[in-house]
Amino acid sequence: MSDYTSGYPEYMHESLKKVAALRPERIGKHFRSMTADEKQQILKDYHPDWKMDQKRELKIGSSKGQLMPHEVANILEAHSIISSKDIDLKKIDYDVDILIIGAGGAGLSAALLAQENGVEPDKILMVTKLRLGDANSKMSQGGIQAADAPEDSPTHHYLDIIGGGHYANKPELVEAMVKDGPDVIKWHEELGVIYDKMPDGTMQLISGGGTSRKRMHSCKDYTGMEITRILMDEFINRGISYLDFTCAVEFIKDDEGQVAGAVLFDLDSDEYMVCRAKSTILATGGFGRLHIQGYETTNHYGATGDGIVMAYRAGANLIHLDSTQYHPTGAAFPEQIVGQLCTEKLRGRGSQPINKEGEQFVYHLETRDVESSAFIRECYGRDNGITTPTGMKGVWLDTPLIDIINGEGTIEREFAAMFRMFKKFGIDIRKEPMLVFPTLHYQNGGVEINVKGETNVKGLYACGEVCGGVHGKNRLMGNSQLDLYVFGRRAGKAAAEWVKTAKIGKLTLKHLDDYEKMLKEEKIKTDRKSPILLPEYRGQKTLEHHLKLL
Amino acid sequence: MICLENNDEMITIFVMGKKHRVPGSLTIMKAMEYTGHQFRRGAGCRGGFCGACATLYRKKGSYKLEGALACQKIVEDGMYIAQIPFSPSEKKTYNLNELKPDAPTILEYYPEVSRCLACNTCTKACPQDIMVMDYVQASLRGDIEQAAKLSFDCLSCGLCAVRCPAEIVPYNVGQLARRLYSKYVVGPTQHVLDRVKEVEEGKYDEEVKELMNMPLDKLKVKYNTRDKVEE
Repeated sequence: MSDYTSGYPEYMHESLKKVAALRPERIGKHFRSMTADEKQQILKDYHPDWKMDQKRELKIGSSKGQLMPHEVANILEAHSIISSKDIDLKKIDYDVDILIIGAGGAGLSAALLAQENGVEPDKILMVTKLRLGDANSKMSQGGIQAADAPEDSPTHHYLDIIGGGHYANKPELVEAMVKDGPDVIKWHEELGVIYDKMPDGTMQLISGGGTSRKRMHSCKDYTGMEITRILMDEFINRGISYLDFTCAVEFIKDDEGQVAGAVLFDLDSDEYMVCRAKSTILATGGFGRLHIQGYETTNHYGATGDGIVMAYRAGANLIHLDSTQYHPTGAAFPEQIVGQLCTEKLRGRGSQPINKEGEQFVYHLETRDVESSAFIRECYGRDNGITTPTGMKGVWLDTPLIDIINGEGTIEREFAAMFRMFKKFGIDIRKEPMLVFPTLHYQNGGVEINVKGETNVKGLYACGEVCGGVHGKNRLMGNSQLDLYVFGRRAGKAAAEWVKTAKIGKLTLKHLDDYEKMLKEEKIKTDRKSPILLPEYRGQKTLEHHLKLL
Repeated sequence: MICLENNDEMITIFVMGKKHRVPGSLTIMKAMEYTGHQFRRGAGCRGGFCGACATLYRKKGSYKLEGALACQKIVEDGMYIAQIPFSPSEKKTYNLNELKPDAPTILEYYPEVSRCLACNTCTKACPQDIMVMDYVQASLRGDIEQAAKLSFDCLSCGLCAVRCPAEIVPYNVGQLARRLYSKYVVGPTQHVLDRVKEVEEGKYDEEVKELMNMPLDKLKVKYNTRDKVEE
């Protein structure tokens, strides 16, 4: 029997003892951040995005030639689940001014702003594949960035975003983000969001990976949950219509080529329905459940990339889909929660990444792509990781430092969700570190938009994770939460404006026939169908782990 | 590929009464998928943040009806499982701008709060270990701050509401209390309002434009040499 009390298997105790023994020395010791050249090198050597055999050039459509992961190309180079012949467009089930697809932070913000800008609540229809508010938005733990502190500014925020995104970001989108940021926080407080504050009433702000100022606002470690539920509450208060358990499967266009609604699928009755709309807002979120390169994911059950598929078939441009975000700290143990998010706020509050020898091996607040690469190098390049009972590798995230640095009780107060989750599986993160490994977290690229949330297709707006361009090739912590509300609000406003003059012609699904023709012309022979709507985890798939790391 | 089944003891569970053999280390959610079930209702974030997978169960040999989130609870041998993906309740609608943070407001919208028997069944049912009865009682007293703080970690999974003998829907009460607390007890943050005004007045327009128009090599130097506030 080991003399060490632990929630981890006995064979890990030797390493855990080293972590504890070296902890006092590590407190307050500054670990050097990498130089720009070192960052480039480690990304190239270890980041999954740089594995060129894991990507291919897209063969069809307006963004033909763009590199993207096979898993994404697979759902784009695929047949629609419907054929234009299956749907009777003369039978219109819902006729509205604005159709919003997706009920996370972006969709809800768009709905509220559309209503505030003059669209009647019963002329807005939100459809959501699962329940209202079921989205990645709700799972965001650590926080939301906005440059409202006196020592901070939108200019500092801009520089952090564009550098963190490897200068690939669309500058005007970044400008919109950083300038709207403080107003989003103001809006949230007006709606009743409870942000963590200091005793003097100022915001409690912390650092994130790649931030030059303390800019992260949080609501304990339930930030996204708190904001989303308030937007949901307000959405219901305003009487805006919605259909839950209803997916959109393809856009409908008109004979002028503009998007004019969508074909819907009722998950209860298994029936298709037609929704005509003057403006359509796409807010379907990301693609984590495609398990790019076999990675586990932090994402919501519904994150199957449906939006990019529909938008692409309707002719929308895509951008930056070659880049995917792997969050450095996904749980690696216990098995039941592998891949789930351990918030970056844990590092923002002082937790260090530690190898099996108890030593820190990377600065704890590098940008996510660099931090993840360093974790992968430590496990697979230097063999300094800890192997789990199921054969996965991980490194320690030394959470006990949080209470030592910030005072006893900090973990229970600020990390209620993390503390609760690990406690359920027998690990006390106040006393023992977490075992972590990078996990698929965010779709950096997506549908291209402008500052109003318009796509290149008339009548089609997009906001939130389904879009690309804002974060460039790497997103900083807390900027996706901000992105949702900034571009959700902008898209809602612009869509409401368009409603005033929009005229819808004859409805058609001809673009699906055209897409079929393109597949044929490019000789893409496949039985793949998309959007996939629900991920497949039945039977043996429940038990699969297939990291293609080495 | 690693298969759990090889080193995992198989156990028996009953999903809505039907008997299945599953690996004993799975969560209820993964065990149900293992049996061939594809979720439409009853699965959401799969990470303990959304409350979509509220589940009631009884363990072998026990009379106790217990609650859990299916994504956060490991199956046990002989466990009887029923998912409760929705709890019937009406969320009252209101205009937050016209309310007062007090007991009459709570009672106007949710008068059934006064029926609370203080039996603590709600607290026992909560998969988040929230002191549900305490926040219901706090809202009844008009202690909006206490009601907001005690209910903060609520995921609105609905298990408290289906168990309450007084037919209260605690999560709706908590949501109203939290919005009242933030809006009227805490109030806005001055430095946020100040910054919004500065942005509106165009204070940062030039600085940001300068960065937007900066040649890439200069921008890179600017980024790599920017001053950083350490945590």
